[in-house]
Amino acid sequence: MSANGGGAPLIEVRHVKKYFPIRKGVLQREVARVHAVDDVSFAVREGETLGLVGESGCGKSTLGRTIVRLLEPTDGQILFQGRPIEKLGARRLRPLRREMQMVFQDPYASLNPRKRIGQIIGDPLKIHGIGDKRERKAQVEQLLETVGLSPEHYNRFPHEFSGGQRQRIGIARALALRPKLVVADEPVSALDVSIQSQMLNLLEDLQDEFKLTYLFIAHDLGVVRHVSDRIAVMYLGKLVELSPAEELYRRPIMPYTEALLSAVPIPDPDLAAKRERIVLEGDVPSPINPPSGCRFHPRCRYATQVCREVEPPLADYGNGHLAACHHPLNVDAATLATVQAAPQSPAEADEEALPRDTSGESHPVEGETGAPQTP
Amino acid sequence: MAERLLEVDDLSVHFATEDGVVRAVDGVSFDVERGKVLGIVGESGSGKSVTAMTLMGLTRDVNARFGGEVNYRGRNLLELSESEMQRYRGNEIGMIFQDPMTSLNPVYRIGEQIVEAIQTHEKVDKRSAGRRAVELLRQVGIPNPESRVDDFPHQFSGGMRQRAMIAMALSCNPSILIADEPTTALDVTIQAQIVELISVLKDDFDSGVIMITHDLGVVADIADEIIVMYAGRVVERAATRDLFYDPQMPYTWGLLGSIPRLDRPRPDRLHSITGAPPSLINAPPGCRFRPRCPHAFAKCVEEPPLENHVETPGHLDRCWLDVEVKRSVRAATIAGEAPEAA
Repeated sequence: MSANGGGAPLIEVRHVKKYFPIRKGVLQREVARVHAVDDVSFAVREGETLGLVGESGCGKSTLGRTIVRLLEPTDGQILFQGRPIEKLGARRLRPLRREMQMVFQDPYASLNPRKRIGQIIGDPLKIHGIGDKRERKAQVEQLLETVGLSPEHYNRFPHEFSGGQRQRIGIARALALRPKLVVADEPVSALDVSIQSQMLNLLEDLQDEFKLTYLFIAHDLGVVRHVSDRIAVMYLGKLVELSPAEELYRRPIMPYTEALLSAVPIPDPDLAAKRERIVLEGDVPSPINPPSGCRFHPRCRYATQVCREVEPPLADYGNGHLAACHHPLNVDAATLATVQAAPQSPAEADEEALPRDTSGESHPVEGETGAPQTP
Repeated sequence: MAERLLEVDDLSVHFATEDGVVRAVDGVSFDVERGKVLGIVGESGSGKSVTAMTLMGLTRDVNARFGGEVNYRGRNLLELSESEMQRYRGNEIGMIFQDPMTSLNPVYRIGEQIVEAIQTHEKVDKRSAGRRAVELLRQVGIPNPESRVDDFPHQFSGGMRQRAMIAMALSCNPSILIADEPTTALDVTIQAQIVELISVLKDDFDSGVIMITHDLGVVADIADEIIVMYAGRVVERAATRDLFYDPQMPYTWGLLGSIPRLDRPRPDRLHSITGAPPSLINAPPGCRFRPRCPHAFAKCVEEPPLENHVETPGHLDRCWLDVEVKRSVRAATIAGEAPEAA
């Protein structure tokens, strides 16, 4: 979390799509496509942390990897500091790799077990030809200290470290090239809660020290709240809500966000017993044949006919709060009358299909939702 | 009073290794009652999983030494031979493991694996075991169990695999269900489903449940009693409400403070417990939490006993601090503020 969330966009995605073909038969003909990311647009401003939230299979990791160009986007634009990078080849991408780094989810699988820590962290420097051997060693030792490890760990192997320490090594590796953007893909979900909080605090400190911009991917809205300035919620390849962090918790508009919030456990038995938990039925549907209209409608408790037929546009509810829903929650009639489709709306969505009228339908208002209320 | 199914008394599990004796579990006692949920909470390496595996007889090995007693309806499970234990394992005590991706065999169909579990313990023919498998899958909420029973594990999502694991654990109607971190590998939405499922099944099958987790939030609305483990020991034991509203052990405060809370305004920094759990080979003398405890003082080099210090009987903790001192300083620690020297 940083105070300066209002900079120019560092990275911007415009209508980005990433489909994976499913091939079958001797001719390897394409028989279907996994719609992993389907027309998503947003920007991450310099110095801010954007939290990207959703269940497994919603496309959040694919999007993260596409942004740092570990994957090729199928369609759409990716701009880094205003410059399109979605079509750059390997050679022209190389200098950009120094600016964008990743921290991976699984600290056990993302470190090569045969390499020593010094080599793991020093390799990015070597690949980019930075310094000589001695200088690199000094830099790695300093990085180890920065992330809260001891320089004496230089010659150890990954198996000698605990999960939390390994994640620190992964962070040190990502920082070695002094990147501007760090995409952290579920960096704490494999860790104990007590270690999670250490890691979240460390990420905050590093952001201040190195002026980092984070794209923080997670499935737990509780964790994301602590680091994010703004939060984007994804469902089945679509961006369904984008909002300043605190506003999302006070006033979720999309029913999916409401359900995600109510699933976060609260360590208080009385409160936990009192609050209404919206248990989402079933799993995320297959992204090969996503549901028609609003993709959340089969699991949504407010779904009506229009949700099955028409894909809702991302509507702008003011204050940078966007949501794609035909039956928005926590919105009063006056706001509803002025709602416009946002430019981030997917091209296939019907821009005319804005939620307009709540008459005749009862929508839960603030205080009655499953979301926990801040006293 | 509910029927007491399992009494664990002063259990210790030590493993001889090349580097020395690992005291993984060191004098742990608790009871499991029918229809109740016991939560065991602690970090990685606190001995909570070793405790659970020992109840199932899964830690028996040439280099393992056991102490104390595990009494299941009057029989000490530690004294049973391996073949006698086989009659209890699965039949009387069922277990759900943490990682549903690796605890199912990828080359056998889900149904075959459940049928195998049933036939290991009961003399039933394959067809009726198959019918039971379908029925179990229905009970744990798998849609279309008649066709899904023939799926392979890779065709199931993470949440469905965990449901299948639960079906397998319940296949022989055990009286006790041990769930070892059943939700850790899952999305929060699926977590909520699984916790709810376990609490419903507990009533359907009229069993006692041991729920092991590193996250106090997960057991807040399901556990009746909670024990907090640290470095192989129980450091606090209390009814759930007492543990959350009158926690006595600074380690418990640390665990409570580490959880990002949606029901409170966002603090600038999360409280974190500094450092890492101690080695179980050379545990520090005295209170084992002392090196990480912000409230440690001179007396802590002596070993604190697990005793009742508060008005509520049965609420035990291992801490030398005065109860009044604890009550005045803990709010700040849980909120993550720097502690004053105690």
